[in-house]
Amino acid sequence: MNVIVEREKGLLELEQRISELKSQAAQQPVDMSGEIRALEAKYAEIQRDIFGTMTPWQRVHMARHPKRPLGSDYIGALDQFDELHGDRHFRDDHAIVAGFAKLRGRRVMAIAQDKGRDTKQKVFRNFGMPSPEGYRKVIRLVKLAAHLGLPVVTFVDTSGADPGIGSEERAQAEAIAQSLYELADARVPIVATIIGEGGSGGALALALADRVLMLEHAVYSVASPEGAAAILWGDAARAEEAATRLKLTSDDLLQFGIADEVIPEPLGGAHRDPAGTVARVLEAVDRALEALGSVAPEELLERRYRKFRRIGTGP
Amino acid sequence: MPMPEWLRLRRAQPVPAEDAAQWTKCPKCGTMIYRPDLAANLWVCTTCGHHFRMHAFDRISMLVDGDFTEIGGELVPGDPLGWTDKVSYPQKLQRDREKSKLTEGVVCGFASIGGVPIALGVMDFNFRGGTMGTVVGERITQLFERARERRLPCVVFTASGGARMEEGMLALMQMAKTTLAVRRFQDDGGYYLSVLTDPTTGGVSASFAFQADVILAEAKAAIGFAGRRVIEQTIRQKLPENFQTAEFLLEKGAIDMVVERKELKDRLARLLDYGRAAQRPANGRGVAAPESPAPSETRA
Repeated sequence: MNVIVEREKGLLELEQRISELKSQAAQQPVDMSGEIRALEAKYAEIQRDIFGTMTPWQRVHMARHPKRPLGSDYIGALDQFDELHGDRHFRDDHAIVAGFAKLRGRRVMAIAQDKGRDTKQKVFRNFGMPSPEGYRKVIRLVKLAAHLGLPVVTFVDTSGADPGIGSEERAQAEAIAQSLYELADARVPIVATIIGEGGSGGALALALADRVLMLEHAVYSVASPEGAAAILWGDAARAEEAATRLKLTSDDLLQFGIADEVIPEPLGGAHRDPAGTVARVLEAVDRALEALGSVAPEELLERRYRKFRRIGTGP
Repeated sequence: MPMPEWLRLRRAQPVPAEDAAQWTKCPKCGTMIYRPDLAANLWVCTTCGHHFRMHAFDRISMLVDGDFTEIGGELVPGDPLGWTDKVSYPQKLQRDREKSKLTEGVVCGFASIGGVPIALGVMDFNFRGGTMGTVVGERITQLFERARERRLPCVVFTASGGARMEEGMLALMQMAKTTLAVRRFQDDGGYYLSVLTDPTTGGVSASFAFQADVILAEAKAAIGFAGRRVIEQTIRQKLPENFQTAEFLLEKGAIDMVVERKELKDRLARLLDYGRAAQRPANGRGVAAPESPAPSETRA
């Protein structure tokens, strides 16, 4: 159960009441403006109360909100998109949607993880958990982007890489290792945006980038809270406690110097204004690409090296 | 720099003692083995051939020709998340330091194997399950950077449960950091061999372990991305016995070879020999890499 969805229920009822009153007021000569103002004030107060300060666990649930814009929503908002499929070896992984695109008129290679919206899509997209083929598709397309001089734009949203038998048989670890390896030396700008959940190595495999952007209520962690709780205490039910300790919010990541920029969300979360949120993200990506566009490839690689080199304990 | 004390001690003859601590039970076949015998047999069960997990110091003394010069040993972790559950993270570190006599989950330095000078990294499961935090990431990164400068081949033994939870995202980022160092090393002509030992999983398997030019694995080692328990919980069924073993990975084409521990040193020496041409300086005069590390470079 999503704790944000639960908390929103009262708000949505109030919202309904206000809009009903407003339409009544429009039809009747009675002055209801006082009542409406009072309700609106109450609404704003509850909204601030719920969303003004959120716990890390609530942030996790915001990142997993069923109405939150997904990877394909960002892809869908691009000026142009030509999907490219497959790893050329085994199959096409639907957890990753990728291809040529135009972003604000700029030619790019766009790569997104997508969790799927309804049950059918969720199954089709494997809940956004890529298999080795997904990462191998990424490797292939990053090579292609470098070949054509196209910047790479990624949208990260996964609870983690697929942990199934088939994925292990086809060397999931190797696929992620090689995706990182490819991004490490791609001679084109790379901008990654954490739009929802950045779960562990399966997320990082798309986020070894020159600029790492994060939506305000996105989370990015060493393991999903459930995974971390299982690893630490053998009890996935202690996920909330893990979420609190892991320091996974956008504020934390900005402070660590892992996220370069946090993109604000509307009060109540991205799903309160999906189109506006997607537009703001694309705008931020465009700005990042603009800034990186003038950097010579050698300098770009040197900066990429230094960006990650300084994270953690220095020499 | 003189030979480290632990290496000198391990090279000396083991002194027989009579107490019960000198006996170890094989976790595989249950045989009680006299520890000096076990050590003499390279920590391989004398009855069933089970490969025990090795202490990094034992591993190094078993492998290297002569001296070993450690680098990055002075690096110790902070507590970036201010982590406490039952005990604080600094307390966990202290406990593992005492238990393992190690300062972190990997020991890095310079040595030679079969006459070939190399940069060598050896992870140790005894220290926080060999997990990669900021210090493991930094030591591995320095190892590849120094190996690149000195044009030495690099050999890394992995043993790890993955990224270290208590250092959060800073731990995860070490996957990116080490990858960048490995890539730069290899693009510059560096030759890299990894030896996956029991267990190699998570963030270490998904970064430098699987980026080597040649990937070896010790017999029966558990190797994978997701942990066995995680997969079983996800699919709700028991996994076959050989799943995620070195032999399974060989069969699936994910690694180059499975090696018995007693053959490891000779095999590494042979594999290193094939790479000798690659380590020549760019001027093409074929000047070999330095035979022994310069003392001034032993401290980072």
